Amino acid sequence: MSEILTKSRARNIFYGGSLFFVAIFGVLSFHSHRYVVNTSTAGMPLTDEVVLGKHVWERHSCINCHTLHGEGAYFAPELGNVMTRWGTLDDPETAYEILDSWMASQPSGVEGRRQMPYFELTEEEMRGLAEFLRWADQTDTQGWPPNDAG
Amino acid sequence: MKYQSQKVAYAYFLVAMALFAIQVLGGLLAGWIYVSPNFLSELLPFNIVRMLHTNALVVWLLLGFFGAAFYLIPEESEREIYSVKLAYLQLLILVVGTLGAVLTYLFNPFPGNWLLGMQGREFIEQPMWVKLGILVAALLFLFNISMTVLAGRKTAITNVLLTGLWLLSLLWLFAMVNPDNLSLDKMYWWFVIHLWVEATWELVMASILAFLLLKLTGVDREIVEKWLYVIVATALFSGILGTGHHFYWIGLPGYWQWIGSIFSTLEVIPFFLMMSFAFVMVWKGRRNHPNKAALLWSLGASTVAFFGAGVWGFLHTLHGVNFYSHGTQITAAHGHLAFYGAYVATNLAVMSYALPHLRGRDPYNQVLNMSSFWLMTGGMAFMTFVLTFAGTIQTHMQRVLGEGFMDVQEGLSLFYLMRFGSGLAVVIGALLFIYSMMIPRRELVARDAKIIPAGE
Repeated sequence: MSEILTKSRARNIFYGGSLFFVAIFGVLSFHSHRYVVNTSTAGMPLTDEVVLGKHVWERHSCINCHTLHGEGAYFAPELGNVMTRWGTLDDPETAYEILDSWMASQPSGVEGRRQMPYFELTEEEMRGLAEFLRWADQTDTQGWPPNDAG
Repeated sequence: MKYQSQKVAYAYFLVAMALFAIQVLGGLLAGWIYVSPNFLSELLPFNIVRMLHTNALVVWLLLGFFGAAFYLIPEESEREIYSVKLAYLQLLILVVGTLGAVLTYLFNPFPGNWLLGMQGREFIEQPMWVKLGILVAALLFLFNISMTVLAGRKTAITNVLLTGLWLLSLLWLFAMVNPDNLSLDKMYWWFVIHLWVEATWELVMASILAFLLLKLTGVDREIVEKWLYVIVATALFSGILGTGHHFYWIGLPGYWQWIGSIFSTLEVIPFFLMMSFAFVMVWKGRRNHPNKAALLWSLGASTVAFFGAGVWGFLHTLHGVNFYSHGTQITAAHGHLAFYGAYVATNLAVMSYALPHLRGRDPYNQVLNMSSFWLMTGGMAFMTFVLTFAGTIQTHMQRVLGEGFMDVQEGLSLFYLMRFGSGLAVVIGALLFIYSMMIPRRELVARDAKIIPAGE
């Protein structure tokens, strides 16, 4: 064993093999990038409103309570399919109205129930956020989550 | 301490331990909010507490890695660090950046500003100016360390450590990439997050462990270095394509389900090898090193990493399982034990080894240090079991039966209470560790006490 696997051979396997896997990963990532742009997120156009909504989502650190497509904190509900849950996937106006009234009623102050902070958003930002969540919901996520509960 | 410039590591370890204390206290607070949701909800909402908990962790682990590098590279290269001043400047930049990120999140003084404002993407929430500062600090570090190694003796340990640190710094560039398309955002985000903790950090961890085992057991360097290459090879071969296990449900092609499942199953191998390697080295080693605490942490790190990263990772990594368990408390259980075992314990191992040298004393307070190991490890193990049970129930009720998230969460309150208790044990253990490293001046057990062999 020690004659076949010398230190320098082990070193060469490490560097050579790693480069090999980096190359495969690079090719697959390139293909995945094109697949996302052309196929899986093509359900709804990536408008300025959606992009604004994404930045609203980031600036308020929503990911540190909620999950989005299963990633984030596990303190508050999954929002990747929230528009399906509300039945507003194809209805931007109702989506905005439900989101707006929900956000306005926070924090609920109910004792023993998790509290969502109050966020001061303009109407434009709120519409963007609703559109962003509708856009995210239309991503082809290979059938995940298993049901509407998220 | 053979080289004067190793002293730099002391400053890094001090800041790392301070942030460690903040991190576990933040975690305890988050755990309490799970138990009592109205606590501080107006003043300090959960999303800010959680951000402080995870970011303090990442920053202190990185500071620990930098400190470890500044400590072990002079001994390995057999020369002083290229520039001590640059090393302190790097630390200063990182401290200012950390304070800046904390103040930004506590008071949100520049909402929406692209340079100064919050950028709430999980784990890389730092404002842009802090991200750029981290890049400058990383470049200073790489320059400093590379110049030291290039001028001195090159060993497998320095080669692997440098490879790991260079790659993790380069990957940081992706933290500044934020595509408008959410699925692309998530894909490139994992380039930083996954390829850090399941690839490049493993290189850093393996080289630190190899260094410690070399010093503590006295095993032949040839053997240690050969196995170091084998272990890090399996880490990268499995870890790079293992990124696929994060690509299942974020809008990427279906083939990642197979690639991710196969390669992340293989990710168990490097952790198994690290654990076996640590025990075989100790068993083969002839040296009876007095620093038993550092040895305990080294063995503990490789063992808990095997369970936390290896076994608990495998538990929910196959795509058929992950379809149901993704983003539940099972993920939280795995995350806690994996980070603790692989990176927290490795950092505490190198601190336990290096601090007595840096402070000019013999190994001291082994008893307190080793007690803190058992308290923290026991607390973490219990937390992992509790969250695994909670996650199993959550997966069934929410993902199989389709019950609402909040209804399921209310049914888990007993588990969250037990999790808080185990978190309290971890916090006490962490504070005990810092105390045992910094405060007592004398050994609790007299150093000349004779151990009477059994049967005499």
